Amino acid sequence: MERIDIHPTHKHGDFKLRVGRPMPFGASLVPGGVNFSVFSSYATSCTLVLFKRHAKEPMAEIPFPDEFRIGNVFTMTVFEIDYENIEYGYRMDGPFNPDAGHRFDKNKILLDPYAKIIGGRDVWGVTPDWNDIYQHRSRISFDDFDWENDRPLGIPPEDQVIYEMHVRSFTRHPSSGVKHPGTFAGIREKISYFKELGVNAIELMPIYEFDEFEHSRPSPITGELLVNYWGYSTVGFFAPKAGYAATGKLGMQVDEVKALVKELHKNGLEVILDVVFNHTAEGDQRGPTISFRGLDNKTYYMLTPEGYYFNFSGCGNTLNCNNPIVRNIVLDCLRYWASEYHIDGFRFDLAAILGRDALGYPLSNPPLLETLAFDPILAKCKLIAEAWDAGGLYQVGSFPAYGRWAEWNGKYRDNIRKFLKGDATVGDAAQCFQGSPNLYAHQGRGPATSINFITAHDGFTLADLVSYNDKHNEANGENNNDGGNDNDSWNCGAEGWTDDSGINALRSRQMRNAIAMLMVSQGVPMLLMGDEVGRSQNGNNNTYCHDNELNWLNWDLLKTNASLFRFVKNSIAFRNAHPVLRNKYHFQNRDYVGSGYADITWHGTQAWNADWSPSSRTIAFMLCGKHAKAGSVEDNYIYVAINMHWEAHWFEIPGLPEQLRWHVSVNTGCTSPDDIWEPGTEAKLENQHGILLGDRSIVILVGK
Amino acid sequence: MDIAISKTAEITVVKLEGDIDASSALGVQEKVLTLVEQGSKILLDLTLVPYMSSAGLRMLLSLYRHVSAKEGKLVLVGVAEEIKDTMEVTGFLSFFTTCDTLDSGIVALNSA
Repeated sequence: MERIDIHPTHKHGDFKLRVGRPMPFGASLVPGGVNFSVFSSYATSCTLVLFKRHAKEPMAEIPFPDEFRIGNVFTMTVFEIDYENIEYGYRMDGPFNPDAGHRFDKNKILLDPYAKIIGGRDVWGVTPDWNDIYQHRSRISFDDFDWENDRPLGIPPEDQVIYEMHVRSFTRHPSSGVKHPGTFAGIREKISYFKELGVNAIELMPIYEFDEFEHSRPSPITGELLVNYWGYSTVGFFAPKAGYAATGKLGMQVDEVKALVKELHKNGLEVILDVVFNHTAEGDQRGPTISFRGLDNKTYYMLTPEGYYFNFSGCGNTLNCNNPIVRNIVLDCLRYWASEYHIDGFRFDLAAILGRDALGYPLSNPPLLETLAFDPILAKCKLIAEAWDAGGLYQVGSFPAYGRWAEWNGKYRDNIRKFLKGDATVGDAAQCFQGSPNLYAHQGRGPATSINFITAHDGFTLADLVSYNDKHNEANGENNNDGGNDNDSWNCGAEGWTDDSGINALRSRQMRNAIAMLMVSQGVPMLLMGDEVGRSQNGNNNTYCHDNELNWLNWDLLKTNASLFRFVKNSIAFRNAHPVLRNKYHFQNRDYVGSGYADITWHGTQAWNADWSPSSRTIAFMLCGKHAKAGSVEDNYIYVAINMHWEAHWFEIPGLPEQLRWHVSVNTGCTSPDDIWEPGTEAKLENQHGILLGDRSIVILVGK
Repeated sequence: MDIAISKTAEITVVKLEGDIDASSALGVQEKVLTLVEQGSKILLDLTLVPYMSSAGLRMLLSLYRHVSAKEGKLVLVGVAEEIKDTMEVTGFLSFFTTCDTLDSGIVALNSA
């Protein structure tokens, strides 16, 4: 039987129309046509604007009749349109009265905030036609991908090893050897690399549609175009970045991303998206009107009483996240990515903003964060907060978590960096090794709350962390004023590149020390793309604007720095081989399984006697294998001795139960290949009672 | 869009000529679906198809699902390099057996 709603009731020129359905928002395929639905609290009227793909001028402008408006929603079904080849947008009429928060302008054609595909920047780096009246164009997606039996993997958070990466940087360099450099497809060609390295989750820096030409300008130094390379500036929250897709020119980026996710899942890799809900690409009152500003400025943005934009993001505007309407669009967006793209988790950029009210005050019980934490569709997704913002709200350890939210642990980064360069911060480092119970345990939040990282896209790479005391951001064209100054880095004796073999040997050791500490810490380790092969950004700690070798991963480093790669790979393998490093619950500092050893015990140059004094730079700990995963699985005993002093020290080793012997897994004081053994191949330690740790060295033993 | 159909003993060969996009995909699908029976072996000759849009690739996958539901087989022959690449990148290719020539396509359909 035929439904009667497949029949048009209205006409506009040749277009056949009928009142649409308000839900879902956006453009959806319905029998015989397309249902358009868009809302505005303050608009007086709305017009649907249709373009043939890439056309300069619209093919039609269809005003929404009054009877097509339900509440504040304009909704209409348009029949018999070639939905594969049209682009659509809206004109909204309403008051232009910035003092009252309204900035309607019916001369502007607006992007649908729910657009699933966005045209206009189809191929990365192709200079836009700045005279185009509609720069970022909504398109209609099929959303009918054949997932077969795929679903998100549900890897327990504590078992994750995350690899933070940039889509374009990963394979753009000619040395990548992929067929489609710099794209989602390129990542798919490199899946075997992740598997070899041993990570089980990739975290993609923003892939929502953004405009690489936003604030683009020639470099004052090289003349090369500086662009919005990282993409922390969203144009549309529902659409993948077309320019990251080999098929962007065909408008098939949706399928390309899904095919990538499906293939990653098949290979045991989860996908986490870095999402930017704190601001949009529209900037402040001087910025372009792309979508939100023209649709409902007062709803979408945090505005000062005078109608200007609050700037808690440091990027010109702040999304009004705890407004009920904006909350819903964020929820709709994440639900869409979780269900339609099978995304495993989300990392929220400057997430502290998501806990502020319309005037910017921090809320004690932020509705948005609570909603996301309890949402049934997002129930199995990892939710990770960058728990601070550019407005000074720092919530590491206090982010409203509802038992769900993990945090980028900025304190882990700072403490480990300090300890690594020789600051006597043994106590702080010891907290880090345990999954930061000082921050989380009293709230009942487990070790996996802590995303442990020493380096991330913001800041120095690992190679630069041990090669530079200060940032060198001149290439960004901001007089070296951008980027953080609190790097806690140490150049090991010379600033930047050197041919001094002693310094280079120390740097090489320091990188291994950092990786070793990261991989034996409870919590979730996150590795920055390229750190496994010593990728340098020449001391630039804020490479947001460079589409060049400063950001691109040079795959030749795999050969040049093969021994470092081997070390990182085996360190990850070591972590993956030992559940005692991946506990779900915090240590209890007691023996609750009857092994004769507490779950964790502390040592130093003397066994059973850790030096917690303010000048101490040595620490050791032993993990009892019988307490692995709260005693639910059996593992080896593990002993980690860390000497961050500039002198060598003899460490007395705690004794093992009878029949067990210590074997050497890691000694960063040795040169490759004696710096690390593949798990299972460790050699028995000759002297079971003690070992000499060279200056700034780490030894890891396995008791088996 | 031209569609030529020829039948041998067990195999139906559908030769398509022209671009397949939203405007032509439905016509192709309707035509081919009339040929799908229980256990059908269908060879789609795409040698003269220079371009397939997203809608065209969806039509192919939909045909595959129809044919599979009736325990039949579908083989694609002569897929242009660029189309094949797009299919690979977007995940469509993994569903299909593709062959370079008509003869090898027939061999593939006749194999178990």
